[in-house]
Amino acid sequence: MSWLSAPIDAVAWLFQGGAVYVFALMAVACAVAVVVSQNVVRMAFWLILSLAATAGLFFSLNADFVGAAQLLIYVGGTLVLLIFGVMLTASGPFLQIKSRPGEMVLGGVVGLVLLGLILSSAISVDWANRGPRSAAETVGVGFNTPSSGNTTRELGLKFLGANPKDLGSSRSTLSPGFLLPFEIVSVHLLVVLIGAAYLARTKRRRDTANSEASNLSAS
Amino acid sequence: MLAPAADLNMYLFVAAVLFVCGVVCMATKRNAIGILMGVELVLNGANLNFVAFARHTPLGMDGQVFSLFVIVLAAAEAAIALAIALNFYNNHLTIDVDRADELKG
Repeated sequence: MSWLSAPIDAVAWLFQGGAVYVFALMAVACAVAVVVSQNVVRMAFWLILSLAATAGLFFSLNADFVGAAQLLIYVGGTLVLLIFGVMLTASGPFLQIKSRPGEMVLGGVVGLVLLGLILSSAISVDWANRGPRSAAETVGVGFNTPSSGNTTRELGLKFLGANPKDLGSSRSTLSPGFLLPFEIVSVHLLVVLIGAAYLARTKRRRDTANSEASNLSAS
Repeated sequence: MLAPAADLNMYLFVAAVLFVCGVVCMATKRNAIGILMGVELVLNGANLNFVAFARHTPLGMDGQVFSLFVIVLAAAEAAIALAIALNFYNNHLTIDVDRADELKG
């Protein structure tokens, strides 16, 4: 059964931490495909794959709730909204609006320079030894270890202002928390909903409105 | 055969590529919806940075909370920008942003 060993090894590699690299490669390749492809519908498809792979990266970073929110809101909500936009606007000649090749080359060169700048500055910093570690490793009573995931309870406490890492220790202090940003975001969402409904409504044309007004005044 | 554990630099690399792809997408696409997709890519790269720093540095859960806010704001931004793009399409019968030059000074 030697021919079975290669796929079994590959599956074992995936389950022992190799899936992270598959997700990373998929996110990067699909993001590049979004830039390169000229068709809007294909761009939307590559963007869906890239965002889903990023959700996989979130799961690998022990951020299960953020990953689930990414899948639900981004992939399930925002991307569907964008695809509706494509459907409503991409009629015939507007499906492909080509950029000039010179612009693409210039954009690629500038992008590569920017990538080199960001990468060189990010890698030159020793992130592991910056700032105090404080109680980052201790786990409060009643909480899971970071590797077991389930971050919703910690996130909820963080919104209320308590630091879950400090709960079991003597230095249990309340920080301002994220209640005010939470309220601001909820009001912001309401404003955005009203604004989007106002902007996207079908307008009555000016001349018919005028004629109706003149009819009313005449009668 | 154990895969080597992914470190912070790998996530920073992926996030940098997402960010640069989004910026190039915003700069070169002429379709308004394509520009919106570039904005989504940029926000996604920033999100990945937030969560990676939450895991690998003393930042803690603050990074995840911030990424949740970013996701919500991206949804709001997409809704408003799409409404604006639809209005532009209704008025000009095209979605090419190079035609939107009536306010040129």
